[in-house]
Amino acid sequence: MIGLSHYLVVAAMLFTIGVFGIFVNRKNIIVILMSIELILLAVNINLVAFSVYLHDVTGQIFAMFVLTVAAAEAAVGLAILVTFFRNRGDIAVDDASVMKG
Amino acid sequence: MQAIAFYLLAVATVVAGLLVVSAKNPVHSVLFLITAFFSAAGLFVLLGAEFLAMLLIVVYVGAVAVLFLFVVMMLDVDFAELRQGFAQYLPIGAIVAGVLTLEMIMIAVKVATDGAAAKLAGPMASPAGVPNTEAIGRVLYTDYIFFFQLAGLVLLVAMIGAIVLTLRHKPGVKRQNIGQQNARTPKTGMEIVQIKPGAGISE
Repeated sequence: MIGLSHYLVVAAMLFTIGVFGIFVNRKNIIVILMSIELILLAVNINLVAFSVYLHDVTGQIFAMFVLTVAAAEAAVGLAILVTFFRNRGDIAVDDASVMKG
Repeated sequence: MQAIAFYLLAVATVVAGLLVVSAKNPVHSVLFLITAFFSAAGLFVLLGAEFLAMLLIVVYVGAVAVLFLFVVMMLDVDFAELRQGFAQYLPIGAIVAGVLTLEMIMIAVKVATDGAAAKLAGPMASPAGVPNTEAIGRVLYTDYIFFFQLAGLVLLVAMIGAIVLTLRHKPGVKRQNIGQQNARTPKTGMEIVQIKPGAGISE
């Protein structure tokens, strides 16, 4: 029988994979953005699992809002990335320290 | 039967997630990301949250992942160079991830067995007799209507922001200027030239 804990464990593993991805791909900002998407997906799985097992549909509504924010974040993040690439010809995030003032 | 489906989808999600962060080629990363989203959508269907499952496929696979794919393929970057430090950060990353996973799994199991959910009878995505989508709509358009509008505003701002950030004005491109067109009068639009007979016209 599949219970709440099974879904929570999957979400926990996905969340840590996202954190791990940010750790090991420190230079590649595209993979960092994808790792953030994975983290938000894990949060969504948690919200939906709790919503279903607590018999309260509100969790699914919050998952929807997380989805909205994730989509907006990806769009703006990639737009910044494209602009950064145009200006520098490179996307190494170490160079992002030039952005001041 | 449900257990088999769950384990298949869960393993697919986690393995695809691992491959997202460890793939050499970012295009492969995006494709594994799509796989992870699809498997997660399958998990949502298994939970009974059909509406969110479809939303996940439409929004993530249809929009976000394709956006990632566009950007990855558009940018001409040496990705091998960006992987420098992968091996260097691998041990500490693995340790942190391992500890984090263990802690989260322990808390998750504790919450699942002793929390409020353990007292309720099994999974139920929506009240009995009400389809999942209808149940979400009933709550979303009443209690959460303000947040719903706000979410729309967030998307609008993100859209305008992305356009403003990436819009580039090239010099020498002719554009339509409607104000100028409407302001045109016969006086500014043409010139009357008096020509002497037999002299011709010089530019």
